[in-house]
Amino acid sequence: MVDTQSNSDVLLSVRSMKKVYPTPGGPVEAVRDLTFDLRRGEFACIVGPSGSGKTTLLKCISGLMAPTSGEVILDGERVAGPPRNMALVFQEYGRSLYSWLRVEDNVALPLRAAGIGPAERRERVAEALEAVGLAHVPQSYPWQLSGGMQQRVAIARAVAYRPEILLMDEPFAAVDAQTRADLEDLVRSVWKKLGLTVLFVTHDIDESVYLGERVIILSSSPTVVQDDVRIDLPFERDQLETRSMKQFVVHRHHVYEQIQLAKRGFRAEDTRPVAVAQPSA
Amino acid sequence: MNKARSISAMVALPIVLVLLWWVATLGNSNPFIPKPVALLTDLWETWANSRFLEHVVPSIVRLLSGLSIAIVGGIVLGVLIGSNLTVRKIMGPILEFVRAIPPPVLLPVLMMVIGIGDETKVFLIALGCLWPVLLNTVDGVRSVDPVLRDTTSSYNIGGLTRLRFFLLPAALPRIVTGVRLSLPIALILMVASEMYAATNGLGFSIIYFQRTFQNGPMWAGVVVLGLVGIIMALAFRWFERRILSWYYAQRELETSG
Repeated sequence: MVDTQSNSDVLLSVRSMKKVYPTPGGPVEAVRDLTFDLRRGEFACIVGPSGSGKTTLLKCISGLMAPTSGEVILDGERVAGPPRNMALVFQEYGRSLYSWLRVEDNVALPLRAAGIGPAERRERVAEALEAVGLAHVPQSYPWQLSGGMQQRVAIARAVAYRPEILLMDEPFAAVDAQTRADLEDLVRSVWKKLGLTVLFVTHDIDESVYLGERVIILSSSPTVVQDDVRIDLPFERDQLETRSMKQFVVHRHHVYEQIQLAKRGFRAEDTRPVAVAQPSA
Repeated sequence: MNKARSISAMVALPIVLVLLWWVATLGNSNPFIPKPVALLTDLWETWANSRFLEHVVPSIVRLLSGLSIAIVGGIVLGVLIGSNLTVRKIMGPILEFVRAIPPPVLLPVLMMVIGIGDETKVFLIALGCLWPVLLNTVDGVRSVDPVLRDTTSSYNIGGLTRLRFFLLPAALPRIVTGVRLSLPIALILMVASEMYAATNGLGFSIIYFQRTFQNGPMWAGVVVLGLVGIIMALAFRWFERRILSWYYAQRELETSG
């Protein structure tokens, strides 16, 4: 799979990443040894049992936190701080938007900090808000909007920033099911339209299979890669059609099984022959 | 309707108290005890003339100068200390020490060092008002939401843009609280500093009337002082509602929803 790709195709490379938190009660190993590559333009989901270090992983990839050992390489360069070509969308939409700025100013702030002039800023903001279906509320404050709309603002901000890679940390975990389906389709359409690379962290197995071209399953803490599955669902996805397909059910079944194994403390490195029962490789 | 109601609720108790005061002092002839009607006459006759310009305006200028210095200094130092652990560690003990000294105690010392002019009074007001602003700014900066801080860092928003659009607005509710706490301190230090070696000002006038046994004008001076305090508090509340409109509107929405 991944290893067969040529090197120039790889955008993000996580190499033997390990993260240990020093705590008063002794060091806690959140991530033991993670290695995977992300190709340019890929849509990959990361799932894992709760407490499997998903957020730690994203923080290290995004340069907000330094790994204890190992490294993250983005576009040939080692990540030491937040890279310019990366955008991050958090689960807590209410806390990731600036309450004192209007929607359009929230979207425009990273552009302003990047030294982009007012004319281009306006253009990009309008475009991004249009893309997420929020062209009608540029003058509102984020807290005047519903949860789903707030998360759209956060996505618009990421889109306007024009990153090469978009990291999403359980972005839809706090919105209702209906809104969630809409937002999932929105992210797929943004990914298709802009040719981004997306790394989408979730704890929802259905969501990971529905969204991703690939699902990386993490073990429970201390974390390693439990399994790496290619999702061979059709490119165009539909909440009703796709979710009732046979392959969807098969993938879902497989991912679910792996997560259950992970929860019980089973890890791929222990008994390799049993764990590598992939449905499609 | 609602507004009329809240205003009447606000003034009801003061009216009752003044009435009680009036009744209690009706037949009293003790010159040291103030009476409402006489006080009003004194207030008008003593203060509603050039004395206002000569003695109230200089006091207000001192107060506002000292307060402005404290606000600017408190915010600048607070942001530095709040966002930098090393600065916090170095400055901590010194700040604790200086803060433990009650500002009026410094007055005689300051008069010898800086002189008996306005600088001493302004400095004293600034010093006393610095602490609430400084400590609240430090807390405000330290307690910014970690998710928002990560968001800001992940988009490489740094330097002055970060300060102006993230750090200061995020800490603003706390900064405003600090300033509100410093208002009464400013008033107290203004009067106290004017009671020593001053040639004008509210504090000077009150002491002057007291020493020359002009009890009516003295009491009227105390009332003027109270009025200055109330006007200052109301003006600040109005200003606060304006610059923190997003904060109050959001909170209202959260508590009602």
